[in-house]
Amino acid sequence: MASETAQPGFWARVQRASVERLHIRLESLVVLVALSTAMALLSPFFLSLSNFLNILLATSTIGVLAIAATFVIGSGGLDLSLGSVMGLAGVAGAFVAVNLGWPSVFAVIACILAGSIAGYINGQLVTRAFVPAFIVTLGMLGLARGLALVISQGRAIYGLPAEIVYIGQGRPLGIPMPVIIFVLTAIVAHCALAYTRFGRHTLALGDSEGAARAAGIRVEHHRRIIYTLSGALAGLAGLLFTARVNAGDPTAGINYELTAITAAIIGGTNLFGGRASILGTMIGALIMGVLQNGLTLLAVQSYYQQMAIGAVLILAVFIDQYQVRKESRV
Amino acid sequence: MTLLSLHNIRKSFGAVDVLHGVDLSVAAGEVVGLVGDNGAGKSTLMKTITGIYRADTGSIEFDGKDILALDPGQRRRLGIEMIYQDLSLAKQQDVASNIFLGREPTKKVFGLFPGFVDKAEMDRRATRMIERLGAHLPSINRSVGSFSGGQQQTVAIARALTFNPKLVIMDEPTAALAVREVQSVLDLIRRLKSEGIAVILISHRLNDVLSVTDRIVVLRHGRADADLVTAKTNMNEVVSRIVGGGDISAAAAHEQRG
Repeated sequence: MASETAQPGFWARVQRASVERLHIRLESLVVLVALSTAMALLSPFFLSLSNFLNILLATSTIGVLAIAATFVIGSGGLDLSLGSVMGLAGVAGAFVAVNLGWPSVFAVIACILAGSIAGYINGQLVTRAFVPAFIVTLGMLGLARGLALVISQGRAIYGLPAEIVYIGQGRPLGIPMPVIIFVLTAIVAHCALAYTRFGRHTLALGDSEGAARAAGIRVEHHRRIIYTLSGALAGLAGLLFTARVNAGDPTAGINYELTAITAAIIGGTNLFGGRASILGTMIGALIMGVLQNGLTLLAVQSYYQQMAIGAVLILAVFIDQYQVRKESRV
Repeated sequence: MTLLSLHNIRKSFGAVDVLHGVDLSVAAGEVVGLVGDNGAGKSTLMKTITGIYRADTGSIEFDGKDILALDPGQRRRLGIEMIYQDLSLAKQQDVASNIFLGREPTKKVFGLFPGFVDKAEMDRRATRMIERLGAHLPSINRSVGSFSGGQQQTVAIARALTFNPKLVIMDEPTAALAVREVQSVLDLIRRLKSEGIAVILISHRLNDVLSVTDRIVVLRHGRADADLVTAKTNMNEVVSRIVGGGDISAAAAHEQRG
């Protein structure tokens, strides 16, 4: 053991370089490749361009939520309301477009705005009312879902204008629009988290709030921005979902926070903050996408898929904590 | 020339009054020891200077400016730095990230997108600062949490000195250090003084305080109870001022041994 620590092996060096340069945990990449290989062997339909685009399409909504989860968890917070806020935002957009009959631009704005307001309220309560983030966002999970049901009177809102549907179903150059929006969002988010002062302060905040405060970072203000951003991204996810299924469904996004948080954790986000990367989260989201897609192709009931996601979340946190313990022992 | 002057600072937390009107002044390039029993209000007083706490009443002037309304970031920019007892480091971030936290230099990427952190510049300056302190770290790209206590303190000191401070506040900088490391911290304080940087040193190790300070201020029950010139005082007087009467000689003898 002693010689190993003195002279890190090839694998350890590659691991470290991968974490330092690309902000990716190599293990998650290995899991993604292994999972894809297994699925390709098990199902003849898995390896095809159309299925690949299917996976990306299914991942786009979850992926945007996972980006939100990465920022919040990286800053030492938690947002359990992601799925509900996504549902609320989709209904708000559909309501504006269909029931009010306003132009599509306003529907898009309504989605993002509804999400942002929910996130802003989360942030205000966490930083000013001293209610733990866990409770605030759990409450918002109920509040936002209830409000979505109230606005839509419990029924899905159909008949969206063509422009909105294009956001969900359009395929410029053969690539689904949600995938394009998702990838662009991920690139911007990656740059923001890894290369800007905003991102660095976010991680420092999750690492040690005292250190961030001592360094002159306006901690509460920064947290409010993070929660608002999280809500806005949930709003974007709501827009993508609503546009794709061509309906403002008040039950959209139920349990999506589970998948989004799992994707972020698999991607190497420290559950307690201080370490996070969007590239890692993207791999985590793809793992969830491949898992769901593969299980569907193998005709596994969706009930079991839910169980699989829950198990993966616990397993990912276990492995992460195991490695942290191992490293601190050296 | 007075660099920092506090007048009638009061601070309470709920029903607990910690500071009852403290007056304190520090001249440029002066080393002032701040001593007092546990709970005398030393750390609270220092945090009202750095802006982590806001004083309830009183005035704080730094470099001729009233800084009472400024937040910690603004006060840092004026040249007030503090090395905290717990070091206040972000343990999962690397050396440069900690040194430049809140003050990262930025550059444009592709000459187009502004606001990108210039990590190469940060690493370069961090390396230079660590070298100037004569310290050795395993690698500046490792997370600070993997370093030893002394190495972590080096990072905290480097952070305080990188932006040319006028005043450095040190809260128990020698409490957790080995003997040789203590000497290097004391040497550092003397070097700062020679460069015209004022230092406020909080320490329970009265020998250290007596050996490097110009003045010793004793905080007792939330007041600046005594203001002693180091050259004209001794261990006995400092201890008696801290404990405020009672069995002074026994306490002083204990300190002498300590």
